[in-house]
Amino acid sequence: MSAPTTYRQPVSRLWWTKKWTYFLFMMREFTCVFVAWSVVFLLMLVYAVGRGEASYRQFLDWASSPVVVVVNVVALAFLVLHTVTWFALTPQAAVVRAGGRQVVRTRMVHVGGRILPAATVIRVGGRVPAAIVIASQYVGLVVVSAFIAWLVLR
Amino acid sequence: MADSIQMRVTRYTPGDSAPTAADYDVPLRKDWSVLDGLNYVKDNLDGSLSYRWSCRMGICGSCGMNVQGTPKLTCGTFLSDYAPGPVRVEPLTNFPIVRDLVVDIDDFMEKLPKVKPWIIRNDDQSVIDREYLQTPEELEEYKQFSNCINCMLCYAACPVYGLDPDFIGPAAIALAERYDLDTRDRGRRERLDVLIEREGVWGCTFVGECTRVCPKHVDPAGAIQRYKLEAAKESVMAFLLPRGAL
Repeated sequence: MSAPTTYRQPVSRLWWTKKWTYFLFMMREFTCVFVAWSVVFLLMLVYAVGRGEASYRQFLDWASSPVVVVVNVVALAFLVLHTVTWFALTPQAAVVRAGGRQVVRTRMVHVGGRILPAATVIRVGGRVPAAIVIASQYVGLVVVSAFIAWLVLR
Repeated sequence: MADSIQMRVTRYTPGDSAPTAADYDVPLRKDWSVLDGLNYVKDNLDGSLSYRWSCRMGICGSCGMNVQGTPKLTCGTFLSDYAPGPVRVEPLTNFPIVRDLVVDIDDFMEKLPKVKPWIIRNDDQSVIDREYLQTPEELEEYKQFSNCINCMLCYAACPVYGLDPDFIGPAAIALAERYDLDTRDRGRRERLDVLIEREGVWGCTFVGECTRVCPKHVDPAGAIQRYKLEAAKESVMAFLLPRGAL
């Protein structure tokens, strides 16, 4: 008996416009373009500073032109989206534990044809709630930003 | 509340060039699920309608369909939530349609054993000779992932699987994680060999829709990202350590 004929459902090129969550995902992926732009912008700034005051002033003039300002405002919006969405996803990817006890387990493993004992430390403790993982990232962001601000402005 | 609601159901007979939609008016009752609506159609309006169902209590995983574009277990999705209608009922996306609302899930059935979703031990002793004890905390580690009922909603929701059918997919990876996190299991290495490939965890771009549609709150997206960390660590170790040290 031959296999029944099945119908393969095509995936639309615009699949990401069909649902808000898909769209948000695509926008999050798109943020990488603006992350790259911010890096380039920063490198250009550093390069201009390195070449002396005249070059720095020239850079500032260029950076304050309407087109660059608009690009940077859009870039900032996408960077905020990037930060907020990735921070929000972290607790799903990273399991953070606190408290509890540590259990050391020994088991035999094969290493290069020989059998050797290996110890595994297993932490049995509570998983840190997602909200705390997310909040701690924002705290980290503030601390690092404050340090950089201090480094630049002092 | 209106007396009836229109259901727009996908119809497909093998040999048709493309599926079509058929409209059926079914009674709108507060306690009627979408599956009840389909049963009404089959019993009273059109006996040729084909769809899968069994337990009607969200555990067999057979009645997954796209309801208003979102993968759902139709036994746990209520018609009244879509009033005044019409409510679209379509086969799960990303799978070939066999007939009407029935899809072919052979692809998943072939992929699932690749991740070896069973306890692997090389020192197997029967339960008469030895007890394999586990603390409640250790059980808690993997319990969430053991709730998977293979309903395929996550595959239907995953655009990566739709675009690249070679991707091993959310449920298979979540089930691999379920056994990896089991303290009685020793198969982590064997599973990682499969999942570290491009069609394994790296195919995932973390859309996260698999977790959102999961009716059993399994969080396959979380499992996949945890595997990525594991796989990345493994690659770094393989690079840093001499051959055979792992």
